[in-house]
Amino acid sequence: MSFYFAIVGTKDNPIYEAEFGTSKQGGDGVARFREEQRSMNQFIVHSSLDIVEEVQWATPTMYMKCVDKFNNLQVSCFLTAGNIKFLLLHDQKADDAIRQFFTDVYDLYTKTLMNPFYEVDMRITSGVFDGKVKQAAKKYL
Amino acid sequence: MQRGDSLNSPFVPFSPNPSIQQGTPTSTPPLKHTLSSSTSSNLRYSSSRKSIYDRHLNRSQRSELSKASFAFLFGEMVQYAQKRVNGITDLEKKLNLHGYSIGQRLLELLLWREGRGAKRETRILGILQFITTTVYRSIFNKPADGLEKSRDNEDEYMLIDNDPMVNSYISVPKEMSQLNCAAFVAGIIEAVLDGCLFPGRVTAHSVPTEQLPAKTVFLIKFDESVIERESVLG
Repeated sequence: MSFYFAIVGTKDNPIYEAEFGTSKQGGDGVARFREEQRSMNQFIVHSSLDIVEEVQWATPTMYMKCVDKFNNLQVSCFLTAGNIKFLLLHDQKADDAIRQFFTDVYDLYTKTLMNPFYEVDMRITSGVFDGKVKQAAKKYL
Repeated sequence: MQRGDSLNSPFVPFSPNPSIQQGTPTSTPPLKHTLSSSTSSNLRYSSSRKSIYDRHLNRSQRSELSKASFAFLFGEMVQYAQKRVNGITDLEKKLNLHGYSIGQRLLELLLWREGRGAKRETRILGILQFITTTVYRSIFNKPADGLEKSRDNEDEYMLIDNDPMVNSYISVPKEMSQLNCAAFVAGIIEAVLDGCLFPGRVTAHSVPTEQLPAKTVFLIKFDESVIERESVLG
């Protein structure tokens, strides 16, 4: 089970992306996408942005479960208060685990935003952030 | 004139955020490249290896700030801005910008603190009530004094504050009587609205009355797109 995670800003610009595999049931945490599949990941996630923008006005919740399907892959979305989108591309259903993962990343994102030198829509390049996201992925996914 | 021409710049040139300076667009470097270069250590870590990610976000929730320190800081902020602008509208714009970056952070923080059941606002009335109660209470410890809808224009709303705390130690000379330093709070409100995708302009106007000489009205004027969307949503 592999995951592709991306944080997209208010101008549809990527802020952060990461790939991981599942650590449950003996998985080693390394993503296993086929090479062609890998380059498609970004496009699939990008195209689901349209759907997110439609759905976001229909519901006041922050965690929108599966917003889009492509072949056998699903895209789940979490929308923050400031309209930042967390998108996760995955191949199996895992609603609760994904929700907990998103909540953790939301916590990390808010902490990043508290940095007065970090503006909204800037890329997140902190190694610490990267490490913590991977840790959260290992814990929940 | 651009901040960071190097390939390692995390700076995105396009953004609606007015606090980011406009520069000529350059091609943004691919993400993988930026991430790998961050592991080379020109980064300095504190000796206790703690980063901002280790602080809990609720840590400052119940702490209060003395009015005197804030008044001092705000006074300096106004003076700093005043030296760099010519004109009242520019000064108000600068104060608005200062408040804008605060509002962006406040929005995320407040919604995070609501916890699991947090709901994003999708209607105009919802977001205005959020600002009147939650946002105002978190900054000034009391909700705003009134919220009104303009009878003449569909897209204008007014938030009333009988005594804005930021103006309590600011004295405005007669030649600048049009200036209202609550433009700072207007910036905070504008950022909260922009973040929730209700673009518009927020300006502060003083409307002194007999009992309330410092009464201020924040005029919130929404863009057309917001009104259209609101009517579609029913």
